[in-house]
Amino acid sequence: MSSQDVLTVLIAEDSATDRLLLAAIVQKQGHQVLMAENGEQAVALFAAQRPHLVLLDALMPVMDGFEAARTIKLLAGETLVPVIFLTSLSEEEALVRCLEAGGDDFLAKPYSQVILAAKIKAMERMRRLQATVLEQRDQLAHHHRHLLNEQRVAKAVFDKVAHAGCLDSPNIRFLQSPYALFNGDLMLAAFTPSGDMHVLLGDFTGHGLPAAVGAMPLAEVFYGMTAKGYGLAETLREMNAKLKRILPVDMFCCAVLLNVSFQRRTVEVWNGGMPDAYLLRATGGEPLPLVSHFLPLGVLPPEQFDDHTQVVPMAVGDRLFLLSDGVVDTRDENEQLFGAERLRQVLIANQVPGQLFEDIQAALAHFGGQPRDDVSMMDLCMVESHALSLPPLTYTDSGQSSPLDWSLHLEFRAESLKRFNPLPFLLHLLQEIHGLRVRSGELHSVLSELYSNALEHGVLALDSRLKRDACGFTEYYRERNRRLQALQEGYIRVGLQVEPLASGGRLTIEVEDSGAGFDVESVLGCSRAGQGFFGRGLSLIRGLSQQAQWLDGGRRACVVFVWVSEA
Amino acid sequence: MSDNHIDRKVLSDLQEVMEDGYLYLLETFLSDSEERLSQLHEAKDAEELGLAAHSFKGSTGNMGAMVLAELCQQLEERVKQRPLYGIEDLINRIDREYAAVRQLYCAERQRILIG
Repeated sequence: MSSQDVLTVLIAEDSATDRLLLAAIVQKQGHQVLMAENGEQAVALFAAQRPHLVLLDALMPVMDGFEAARTIKLLAGETLVPVIFLTSLSEEEALVRCLEAGGDDFLAKPYSQVILAAKIKAMERMRRLQATVLEQRDQLAHHHRHLLNEQRVAKAVFDKVAHAGCLDSPNIRFLQSPYALFNGDLMLAAFTPSGDMHVLLGDFTGHGLPAAVGAMPLAEVFYGMTAKGYGLAETLREMNAKLKRILPVDMFCCAVLLNVSFQRRTVEVWNGGMPDAYLLRATGGEPLPLVSHFLPLGVLPPEQFDDHTQVVPMAVGDRLFLLSDGVVDTRDENEQLFGAERLRQVLIANQVPGQLFEDIQAALAHFGGQPRDDVSMMDLCMVESHALSLPPLTYTDSGQSSPLDWSLHLEFRAESLKRFNPLPFLLHLLQEIHGLRVRSGELHSVLSELYSNALEHGVLALDSRLKRDACGFTEYYRERNRRLQALQEGYIRVGLQVEPLASGGRLTIEVEDSGAGFDVESVLGCSRAGQGFFGRGLSLIRGLSQQAQWLDGGRRACVVFVWVSEA
Repeated sequence: MSDNHIDRKVLSDLQEVMEDGYLYLLETFLSDSEERLSQLHEAKDAEELGLAAHSFKGSTGNMGAMVLAELCQQLEERVKQRPLYGIEDLINRIDREYAAVRQLYCAERQRILIG
């Protein structure tokens, strides 16, 4: 018998003979014995020595076994201390009293060694079972507290990262459960260097920590690449590749990603597996669904990932409405889904834009669905670009070591044009110019415009007049993607020249393409008249730079930025 | 005296269980029993009488004094029914039966002492 099998057994019995006999039987089985002559002694011994098992005579002087049993059970608390009544009582009523007092079993006189041994073993099994249950319950409670604490810390850390963005912009309203992170819901927004806004609404598979764990790397890629000036396609590719690499196969992230350009008044959309987002026109009418055409992030290997986006023109006051599947998947008591059609009705019926979430929640409540804690919604309004204040860019260096006299010429050929976005790289380079840092948003806007003009109208020979209406817009971007994929030859040359001036410096950007050029006078004329979407690019460039010319029949753009030193 | 007063099998089992403590058990039983008997005689009410009978029944049963245990059982039942008229008879029978078995237990003690 190992030491942990040795029990301490309390025997309370007023007859010295029986006590002696019982003690001998119990000791013979290898256990230790404590002896009491009455109930009072038994209670005192129990309190002092906490035996594992108690053998109690029912009828004893001073304090009988019933009262002793009740007191001992009370002292034992939630620990199971089995009490076996020693009795020659034969009436049913007396046996019931034993059980009511907390007795777990009986032992009849005269004592049988074999039966007592079996009963002690059985009680010991019960006692251990109870002890294990209690231990596991305490462990469970401990783990649960631990988990909650970890979630609180994780959420605090994550909130710091998530709030690095611009969800608090005045043109955004959003609704998200405080537990969204652990439902796998993710909502991010950030300004690009040129003042566009990137927005992501994501939904990881699963719940709890596994659902939350992918959110951090995704947010990191989103913020990092947005801040560096990468477009949606590159950001999507990187997010997909990263999630594919780090997540197990059964985990992925449905997401809708937007690039909202307040300068161009367009929205670029990619929807992989999320419910339809909607474009709600300020003029009312049918909401335009922005449908999922793609697999979620983290499913396909990088080479199969499809980063095609859809570009839709917007007017000031138009709104974008994004939602998680918690809305349309809400079920009523008959397991009916709320569904996209009911949502569409609410979107059409909505009168006060600021009340949209409330309208939807009221509709969900009226529908009778169980309220879900994974309902995320976002409402983003197209505003004038100057209505938003961009966060100031921060730099870590003093700028004293900035180079001030250099030039650089790059040529991007067909294969690069297909898959490489040189803008973040160029912008990064130009940020070395201390005097231009405060204008890096403008620089980025101008560079983006010059580059996309050279690519789309130059190399790909797309006619910007296609973009005169929403329908043509879609056609234009479809054609852009088609021609880019098929591109065999062509180039874009970028020249940067930085010269010091007496009180500052000058940056000259030249962007030349292999296209056919354009009728500079007539396009600039349209641009001055501010007609449609297609004239905006050139006027934007002219507005932001000191000097802008188009040379060589429109094939070469030359833009100058001049800055004055603060010193 | 005939041996049907004591179950010999019980005694041999007790000796096996108690080993060296067997002698002490016998002595304890003898002194314990004297005490129970005086309790029976000095009981002031039916309840005290019943309790003493119950205890005595337990230890005599354990020690294999089956006739004595049976008498104690009868006494325990009897005190629950009033009036207690005639109960002295039962106590006297218990006295006599004890006197009989006492000799047997003393002989057993003697046997062990001699070894």
